[in-house]
Amino acid sequence: MTTANARADRFTQWARGRWREWAITLAAFVLALLVGAILMCAADPDVAGQFAYLFTAPALPLGAAWAKVSTAYSALLAGAVGSPTALAATSAAAAPLICAGLAVGLAFRAGLFNIGAQGQAIVGSIAAAWVGFALPLPPVIHLVVAVLAGLLAGGVWGGVVGWLKARTGAHEVIVTIMMNYIAGGVLAWVLTTDAFQRPGRDDPISPEVPASAAFPRLYEQLHLGFFVAILAAVAVAWLLDRSVLGFSIRAVGANPHAAGTAGMNVSATTIITMATAGALAGLAGVMAALGPSVNGVPVPLTEGLVGTVGFDAITVALLGRSRPLGIVLAGLLFGGLNSGGLAMQSVAQTPLTLTLVLQALVVLFVAAPQLVATLVPFLNARKAKVSLTGADA
Amino acid sequence: MIRPVAEQARGTGLQLKGITKKFGSFVANDAVDLDVRPGEIHCLLGENGAGKSTLMNVLYGLYQPDGGDILIDGRPVRFADPKAAMGAGIGMVHQHFMLVEVFTVAENLILGREPGVVVDLKAAKRTVRELSERYNLPVDPDAVIEDLPVGVQQRVEILKALANDAQYLIFDEPTAVLTPQEIDDLMEVMKALRDEGKGIVFITHKLREVRAIADRITVLRRGRIVGDAEPGTSETELAQLMVGRAVDLTVDKEHAAPGDVRLTVDELTVANAAGAVVVDSISFEVAGGEILCIAGVQGNGQSELADALLGNIPVLSGRIRLDGRELSQASPRQSIAAGMGFVPEDRQHDGFIGSFTIAENLVLNRYDTAPFARGAALDLKAINDNAVALRDEFDIRTPDVQNLGSSLSGGNAQKVVLARELSRDLALLVASQPTRGVDVGAIEFLHKRIVAERDKGTAVLLVSTELEEVEALADRVLVMYRGGVVGIVPPDTSRDVLGMMMAGVPYEEAQALAVADTKGKDA
Repeated sequence: MTTANARADRFTQWARGRWREWAITLAAFVLALLVGAILMCAADPDVAGQFAYLFTAPALPLGAAWAKVSTAYSALLAGAVGSPTALAATSAAAAPLICAGLAVGLAFRAGLFNIGAQGQAIVGSIAAAWVGFALPLPPVIHLVVAVLAGLLAGGVWGGVVGWLKARTGAHEVIVTIMMNYIAGGVLAWVLTTDAFQRPGRDDPISPEVPASAAFPRLYEQLHLGFFVAILAAVAVAWLLDRSVLGFSIRAVGANPHAAGTAGMNVSATTIITMATAGALAGLAGVMAALGPSVNGVPVPLTEGLVGTVGFDAITVALLGRSRPLGIVLAGLLFGGLNSGGLAMQSVAQTPLTLTLVLQALVVLFVAAPQLVATLVPFLNARKAKVSLTGADA
Repeated sequence: MIRPVAEQARGTGLQLKGITKKFGSFVANDAVDLDVRPGEIHCLLGENGAGKSTLMNVLYGLYQPDGGDILIDGRPVRFADPKAAMGAGIGMVHQHFMLVEVFTVAENLILGREPGVVVDLKAAKRTVRELSERYNLPVDPDAVIEDLPVGVQQRVEILKALANDAQYLIFDEPTAVLTPQEIDDLMEVMKALRDEGKGIVFITHKLREVRAIADRITVLRRGRIVGDAEPGTSETELAQLMVGRAVDLTVDKEHAAPGDVRLTVDELTVANAAGAVVVDSISFEVAGGEILCIAGVQGNGQSELADALLGNIPVLSGRIRLDGRELSQASPRQSIAAGMGFVPEDRQHDGFIGSFTIAENLVLNRYDTAPFARGAALDLKAINDNAVALRDEFDIRTPDVQNLGSSLSGGNAQKVVLARELSRDLALLVASQPTRGVDVGAIEFLHKRIVAERDKGTAVLLVSTELEEVEALADRVLVMYRGGVVGIVPPDTSRDVLGMMMAGVPYEEAQALAVADTKGKDA
């Protein structure tokens, strides 16, 4: 009876703590859309021109602005979640973001700023793509080997950072940034070698990855990789909250002195965490290399294959508060903005870069909760109400 | 002598009237009245979590009260921030110093009140010199804060308040970080300030200090004033008032029945991170069933000795043997596995994770062994059950063991650390300053548990800079000075002799001096 009460109590406390985070995230999103709308109107010469009549005929500019903004945002919404096709596209865009977001979030829980998800994803994509186009393996096994190769490559790339930090005290931020440059350079170089460059081509592009090594499509753009990403999130959640290793990761992240005094091996934990994070980012690279694109086959390896997934991952992890469930939701949100942004561009002629601005604004507002709390009086009013009821009690 | 809260004539000094401060549904201060007159030292006594610091933070403008008034010389005032409080002549000497460590004393003094663009360092240095002379607080204005001993850093905090022309000075547990000598110095400074006409609020839970210096005593318990006491009130009465029940200040313990030697330390030498030898070839033994106290002024190698025993810092040379096992090159994990329990000197820094739950903190060094781990997975139920059992056994005051460790008061956090260590089978317990920053009620409990552990046959090594603690617990006292052993003496050695030994005077000489001193006084 008492344990049930205690549990209920705990849940209420938990919910109360989470409510504020959710409210801030939602408010940040709304504010980002508002600022985005203003930018959209200012950037459109037709709409901006109408504002000359703001005082003589206010209906004209306001109407034009409303038309512009509503068209764009409904296209964004439709492109992100408006149809099964749109949802499938969102899932495909979200999968690598979730994996790389986990890589940043996991490291963060161990007190490490993994800025190196980009490089880890690049080496993961190199390894997975090479296994894909170079090794003639039977189906299923081919995919499994390619995925494992990507995990391993990313894991090594991240593990090196952990090792350097543990052995020499080198700061992981500096090292991961440098490792990003090295990974980019390695990719540019391998694409000029015979092992990687597509026969008969002068430009840096690899042969195509055959279907035996690609993630099978399940429905339009939705492919198996999305479920692999969800599985990775579940695994990380288990690792952090339920496993012996996760206990030491969190302890080292929260207070390395106390962790060391309690007999934990801080260096080993650092190396293992960075290697695991690297493998997760490598998985993001695998998604890019083995995930089927719009035309049904994976995009061959080029210098820009992984895009900026490793840097977007930092914002995903930040928005997801470094917790696996949060990262999945943030990854889906950003994935939706990506796929919806394409629709917005074609329907409302809004530049695709606006979605980047929206993403940046969301994170900016999330990172500055005090700013949001000030901008949204509702949150403050609610806070006052809570403390008032507290005073009555 | 205990008398009810007295009404005071209006219009003198600093008055707090009916101050109420709530955090959610928790009432930290409940209609608290307090007054401070110029030229007196007013002690605010209370356990950790009684609401002393909250009250002072209200007075200092860090918190806004939910009710009540602050009056200075009868005029109501309201402080939006510490700057306003400072402007009204209220100064605070914080428990954790608010100094920029890489700045000099003079630079710290002008911090936050730089007039205009140009920093007038010369004037600041002059102020430092004038104030140090006037209040007998010797400080070099050009010294960099991080190079100064803690006691001197505190002087800088006091100077900062005085430079702001503070008429009322709040000292928030100022002695917690000081050595016995530094405490004596601070007492003199406080008396000098009082004689200059300053009103002083002295927050503490150390009864001896209260009796030594207070002009008036107000006792706070669970957010309420429970009474005023005369300075002559006995420690037992004060403790009872503070805790709300009778408190046993002496530790009941049988004579030690030392068994076989369990810990042998042989010519141990340890260097600190900077490479200086801080433990210099020291040797001693601890038998099962006895408490060996390491006494000494802070910074004479005790902390490093304890850290080296655990394996937290490397041993330069020498041997550590526990029950015949060589541990001089062991990692903390190996030492813990060999049966070493360790209560670190800085609990928050080394012994406790505030963002972990209480249950997690209770298995911090056993989470990876049965029954708390099954393979690679944690057994959350076993961890929770362990916590509930230890909460009841060690009287850890929390509604739920799944609350965060940071929700505990200092005394309860220390109970968590001790409960974690004592819930294992130990060969040796190394406890550094186990009751620092812990309130009276909890000290009584912690001392009893340490003695009980000794009686189970565990070897206990206790590092303490507090002579009361040494006297209460030790079976033998090892005095350390500059990394070496001055001597190992019985616990009934007089305070004078121990004090001299802590300054490096050998036992025989110290005893001769002490005898001569008493004779001198008699004559």
